[in-house]
Amino acid sequence: MTTYTKSPLTVALALGLTTVLLGGCATDRSAYNPSPDVIKNAMAAFKRDFDAKGSASLDRLNTDKLQDICNATNSKPSPDMAAVVEREQMAAIKLPADGNLLGDWKAGEKLAQSGRGMTWSDKTGIPNGGNCYNCHQLSPQELSYGTIGPSLLHFGKIRGNSPEIQKYTYSKIYNAKAYNACSAMPRFGHSSALTEAQIKDLVALLLDPQSPVNK
Amino acid sequence: MKFSIVAIAALAAAWAGTALAQAKDPTIAGIEKYREMLGDDNPAELYEARGEQAWKKKAGPKNVSLENCDLGLGPGVVKGAYAQTPRYFADVDRVMDMETRINWCRMTQQGISEADIRKRPFGSADKPSEIEDLLTYVVTASKGMTMNVPSNHPKERAAYELGQAVFHMRAGPYDFSCATCHGEDNLRIRLQELPNLTKSEDAKRAYIGWPAYRVSTSRVHTMQWRINDCFRQQRLPEPRYMSEAVNALITYMAQTGNGAEYKGPALKR
Ligand code: HEC
Ligand code: HEC
Repeated sequence: MTTYTKSPLTVALALGLTTVLLGGCATDRSAYNPSPDVIKNAMAAFKRDFDAKGSASLDRLNTDKLQDICNATNSKPSPDMAAVVEREQMAAIKLPADGNLLGDWKAGEKLAQSGRGMTWSDKTGIPNGGNCYNCHQLSPQELSYGTIGPSLLHFGKIRGNSPEIQKYTYSKIYNAKAYNACSAMPRFGHSSALTEAQIKDLVALLLDPQSPVNK
Repeated sequence: MKFSIVAIAALAAAWAGTALAQAKDPTIAGIEKYREMLGDDNPAELYEARGEQAWKKKAGPKNVSLENCDLGLGPGVVKGAYAQTPRYFADVDRVMDMETRINWCRMTQQGISEADIRKRPFGSADKPSEIEDLLTYVVTASKGMTMNVPSNHPKERAAYELGQAVFHMRAGPYDFSCATCHGEDNLRIRLQELPNLTKSEDAKRAYIGWPAYRVSTSRVHTMQWRINDCFRQQRLPEPRYMSEAVNALITYMAQTGNGAEYKGPALKR
């Protein structure tokens, strides 16, 4: 970047401007605001250039309404649009019929560790893992955790274990988009990646006072 | 060459064993140690040597070598060619990355069928793939040069735009796009650091190491392979080898990370 000698005011103004420019100037083209045509071309490339493999069938390239909205807005929908999407996703959440949301935290820990499932190289017919440690810190013993999502260490210790918190935790894992339209977190229940019993085990991992997450 | 299979195996074991013992990324430490042991040697040199032979050998139904292949700087010019790809090639009226271009020469000049080229693009530890050898030879001839990926031609700009859109396209059962994992600074999956490939600085660092010799699989992998494996992690179907979508993604990353000194093939996790 060029440096010049200028009055402090000009420098301050220029710095402010640089920040704005860096977002969208021609050399650092990182700002991405797709036009409908650009999206259409990308969709066409998806449909043209992929082959089904293992369990990864071609219908996975068909986007749903939520994905369409996130794609059109680079995952930054307007507050109004987000509210509509979140309401729809929330309405589609199915809570367990028996009303019991807490499973077994030990099974939950195993699930959280497993990154298996739904890739074309995974064997079909074996239960999927939760992939949670790929993105979150959970139990303090596990140092190999990712940072795409926030730390969930002490999740239940901080929030308690009330019916409301249980319902929130179950629903968040079932469909993260019900609370955050274009969240990076998958919709594990909505997309049938995890079963009801598995989600209960994960709720226990996060909320059970005996779980290492809350020690 | 100083390295041996035994040394590689011993190191891979040592480094897997320490994996959970420390909070610092053990793979980085492992690779550093591995580099020390190898000195200046990189097992990719084997691929390079095999690739040079394959490049100069008469082969295919037409029994010609690849020595007249035009990699963008004129027929037969290998030195520096990789540093200027992906680029628009007028003879095919499309943008190609180097892997696609070399395969194109194999098809048109040597007469190898497309079906044969597509049969086994990615090798395994015991059975290398010829394109991985050829590509390693060609890229090594650009080592130390500045990446100067062109974007003057409208189709080069269109490829960037398509690649950027494909990069951000969320789909599949997990709603992932490339940007989910590579769209922000300083993210990790477990302990693996994820470059923010939408940003010049990170894209530079990531791009100049490919193709790469991966210690975890003991072989050279190409960028077409890297994208294939990331789409697998994205839970999507398989992107077709050499397709426009894959070439566009590579073009997007190459143009984003343009201007750095090419250092490949690097040692990676
Ligand atoms: C690909 C990344 C990713 C994966 C995999 C993932 N998450 Fe998340 N998670 C996030 C992100 C990002 C957020 C924060 C944004 C949001 O709330 O949507 C989040 C938020 C959460 C929250 C809300 C935290 C709060 O403070 O209210 C919970 C609970 C949670 N995740 C649990 C889980 C569990 C359990 C799993 C495994 C079954 C999981 N996550 C897998 C990325 C992920
Ligand atoms: C679910 C997570 C995930 C998604 C989605 C994903 N990647 Fe990756 N990517 C990774 C991980 C993890 C690594 C590091 C792998 C390793 O170290 O072995 C990686 C590595 C890479 C690298 C090499 C970086 C380097 O520094 O050498 C490139 C390039 C890349 N990905 C491109 C892509 C592209 C293009 C897409 C979309 C088609 C994509 N990724 C989607 C997880 C992902």
